[in-house]
Amino acid sequence: MTESTNNAPERKGVPMWAQVIIWVFLAGLLVIVAMGLNRAQQGTIQPGQEVDDFALPLFSGYEYEGKSEVHLEDFRGKVVVINFWASWCKPCEQEAADLQRAWEEYGPTGEVIFLGVDYVDTEPEARVYLKKFGITFPNGPDLATRISQYFRIKGVPETYFIDREGVLHYVQVGPFTSLQQIKNIIDPMLAE
Amino acid sequence: MSKKKLRIIGYAILLLLVTISLITPAFAQGEEPTDDEVNKIAKQLYCPVCESTPLDVCPTEACRQWRELIRTQLAEGKSEDEIKQYFVTQYGARVLDEPPNRWASYLVPVVAFLLGAFMLFRGFRMWLKPAGARPAEIKNDAKPVPQDDYIQKMEEELKRRK
Amino acid sequence: MIADFGFGVLVVSFLVALYSVVAAVYGELKKRPAMVESARRAMLLTWPLLTLTAGILIYLLVNDHYEVQFIYEVTSRSMPTYLKVTAWWGGQAGSLLFWSWLMSAFTSLVTFKKWDRDRELLPWVIVVSGITLAFFLGMNVFFENPFAQLYQTFDSNIKAYTFQPQNSMLFTPQDGRGLNPLLRHPGMVIHPPMLYLGFVSFVIPYAFAIAALITGRTDDRWIRLTRRWTLWAWLFLSAGLVLGGRWAYDVLGWGGYWGWDPVEIAAFMPWLTGTAFLHSVMIQEKRGMFKHWNMLLVILTYDLVIFGTFLTRSGVLSSVHSFAQSAIGPLFFAFIGITLITSVALIIYRWDALKSETQMKSLLSREALFLLNNLLFMSILVVCFWGVIYPLISELFTGQKVTVGPPFYERATGPLWASLLLLMGIAPLSAWGHSTVKTLGRAIWKPILGAVVITAVAFVTYTHNVYALIGFFLVALVILVTLYEYWRGVNARMKSQSENIFTAFWNLTGRNRRRYGGYIIHLSMMLMAIGILGIEIFQMETQGTIAIGDSLELSGYTIKYKEVASWDNPGAGVNYTRAVVEVYGEDGTYLGNLNPRKDYYYDSQQPMTIPGQLASLKDEVYVLLIDWEPINQESTTFKIFVNPLVNWLWLGSLLFLVGIIIAAWPDKDPERVAVRAGKRAHQISAAD
Repeated sequence: MTESTNNAPERKGVPMWAQVIIWVFLAGLLVIVAMGLNRAQQGTIQPGQEVDDFALPLFSGYEYEGKSEVHLEDFRGKVVVINFWASWCKPCEQEAADLQRAWEEYGPTGEVIFLGVDYVDTEPEARVYLKKFGITFPNGPDLATRISQYFRIKGVPETYFIDREGVLHYVQVGPFTSLQQIKNIIDPMLAE
Repeated sequence: MSKKKLRIIGYAILLLLVTISLITPAFAQGEEPTDDEVNKIAKQLYCPVCESTPLDVCPTEACRQWRELIRTQLAEGKSEDEIKQYFVTQYGARVLDEPPNRWASYLVPVVAFLLGAFMLFRGFRMWLKPAGARPAEIKNDAKPVPQDDYIQKMEEELKRRK
Repeated sequence: MIADFGFGVLVVSFLVALYSVVAAVYGELKKRPAMVESARRAMLLTWPLLTLTAGILIYLLVNDHYEVQFIYEVTSRSMPTYLKVTAWWGGQAGSLLFWSWLMSAFTSLVTFKKWDRDRELLPWVIVVSGITLAFFLGMNVFFENPFAQLYQTFDSNIKAYTFQPQNSMLFTPQDGRGLNPLLRHPGMVIHPPMLYLGFVSFVIPYAFAIAALITGRTDDRWIRLTRRWTLWAWLFLSAGLVLGGRWAYDVLGWGGYWGWDPVEIAAFMPWLTGTAFLHSVMIQEKRGMFKHWNMLLVILTYDLVIFGTFLTRSGVLSSVHSFAQSAIGPLFFAFIGITLITSVALIIYRWDALKSETQMKSLLSREALFLLNNLLFMSILVVCFWGVIYPLISELFTGQKVTVGPPFYERATGPLWASLLLLMGIAPLSAWGHSTVKTLGRAIWKPILGAVVITAVAFVTYTHNVYALIGFFLVALVILVTLYEYWRGVNARMKSQSENIFTAFWNLTGRNRRRYGGYIIHLSMMLMAIGILGIEIFQMETQGTIAIGDSLELSGYTIKYKEVASWDNPGAGVNYTRAVVEVYGEDGTYLGNLNPRKDYYYDSQQPMTIPGQLASLKDEVYVLLIDWEPINQESTTFKIFVNPLVNWLWLGSLLFLVGIIIAAWPDKDPERVAVRAGKRAHQISAAD
């Protein structure tokens, strides 16, 4: 497999075509690993980036205006708060009540929408969790982890604030510690 | 074996398969599925929360919930494939222990092996050409092949002594 | 203070390593032997320096200096002293330093030897190993400083800094976070050092190969010089893999020893190329063929070693073993890229100088079969590499995350392993240079017959599973062939030297260690194969929730639940829950008590499931305590495995290590032995 040139002494060294193949192959390999590395080094998507549309199916009982599936685009002109959570996630429980109170405060204004995205969870357990914390804002499963993959979340809980133009404004990694913390992020966005 | 016999056997197998597929859900329905039945499916699934650990042995809370979900679905009489399909639509293809389109995953190793075998074969054919047909660049038997065969040497010696 | 001193010594070692590289290149190019000698001495100096650095780190580890971030992360007050020492390689920064320390020990050893015959290789060996060493030390110095200390700044942030920031105070936590409990098992304490030793010692053959390429001295001198290194490297790597398997079996609680986890595969890939190299290098020694191929294998092994380290530390593949991601990923990548490209370029540059000296003469000759062996090993490598990288490719190009689990690897490598076994059965009977179907057939028909008989017995008494039977047939064939080869040697010695069977056996092995050590390795592989076939094909499992006094049944065994107790060990920060179960055999005979355990470590909030194991050569009963309700003892969940033949795997592993040690044991005077063997060969060919 490496000796093929031996029987053709008039040819010196490695033939050009073989060299080209070798280098292209090596380069390809390195490029793939580099891309993987690049992906691993990236954090979550960054503020300032326009967020692409996605569809979120909703648990029954947690629909939005009677719709069992919502799209991000439906909420152009509103501030969108996307919260990733899971019922098995202990830190999520810390912020659940604060999130719900924030929703109760902003929801009625019609200026802000909260969306709960349930990451890698089972529906029965998720319902228990939602009931336990009295959560009422629209919630649905992250089907095939498409949404979390898009946001490149590193874990749960994580919360993404998207402004009226559909541009990512702020990323909260880890739980909120108070209601005020949430308001401090939303209020300037509403004022804009 | 005659064609007829083969056909009969074929029908028999088909019948057997149909019976089995009819019996299995019926048997599962109603009674509580055992841990073993749950584990049999869980073994083939991977939960994204603990990567590289099959679901049946993963200790996290999320995985425990998943196993319960399998149990619920078994109790509802769903088949193994239906349950796996449910998990795929819910959580993505990565819950399966193998990539969904198999040929893509097996293609590269198989092609690489065939390529290697082909090159080796070509190499062999070239090396084994009769010496005359080859440019006499390499002196073929200039030096003896050193056999690191200690025993052979000893056996040779023994023969000579006899 | 002490930590600062440690960092100082670390920086000095880094600079010394860099100096040795520069001095060696300069001395070689400007023809200044004094500079090369200076480089050599600098290289020798790195080991004492790094030993001092390591000593300081160990001092900090043992004495609870939690103001040092690394110490804080991997130890806690409740850990026993020996674990505090071994916590050295329990975290990213420390394990990098550990790697450098081993590396410097090896390079020092190499530079220490007499170089009279190989002067021209010396500078380049120093350059290659020096660059590798400096790279790893650089990681420590610039990104992963094990001596970084925690400082509290005025805005009350606590962070680790190498140098004290302005307006800050040293911060000393009360207690450390403690080592991951999974890493506290004795197997895990020795497993990483073994793996690292294996990894690091493969750098030496690589350094010689590159030196040979650069100087154009492309005879097989570099191979003769590094032969033992390669064997020792292989020994350590194999020991590391085996220990890792045993650790998984004892601690991870999934009843298996190998999960085809990307990180396991990362350590397995250099083993594959290393094994291929060990075989194909013999062709070059004996026949002067395939020089390119051997070079390529050494380069591949080296880069796979680095690649494996990279995979586990860069977060490219997240996996249970991974260290947290950090800035070192891109640097590792660059290092792999540069070494790979340079090495391949060098081979292409020297292509003509690496021509074969002889010709292949027969498809059944030993060298031809070794080539087949290489093809198979490389194919397994491709399967492994592809399996590791496939999820990455899938995600990058289709956006779909996928998992490549055991079924893929088992299906793809199964036929390859079987073919390897077949080769293992045939190759020892074929001769170098020339073999025909006739000579081979004459030698092999008896072992084949024996293997058929054994398989038939297995069919009647043990199993009807086709895969198992194929496996048993191949295993029996290899064992018989190997024993036959052994017997031939012993017999010849007994007759010619009138020795008794034991002395004959001893002397035979001692006289040709590499060959007979190799056979012992083959035999041990077969024992391992028996264990693997047993657990892969015949493993049985059941899980059930039972109350005290109830029992579970599995493949003839009855496991009766007697009692359970739970208690705290505040000193160690662990809660133990231990169940007592009795195991009964098929006819109701009492076989013994087992104590499956569940340990909960408070500081890391991690549970650990320790199985109760009842081992025999036939099988092993492996009981896990899965779940336990403190209040209601009605429901305790056990999982039971019966793993047939699995202990052959561990027995085989032990024999395996013995075999490698025999093969790698230094000869008294290698030069003279070689000359003598050469003379003999002449005599024989004259007699032919």
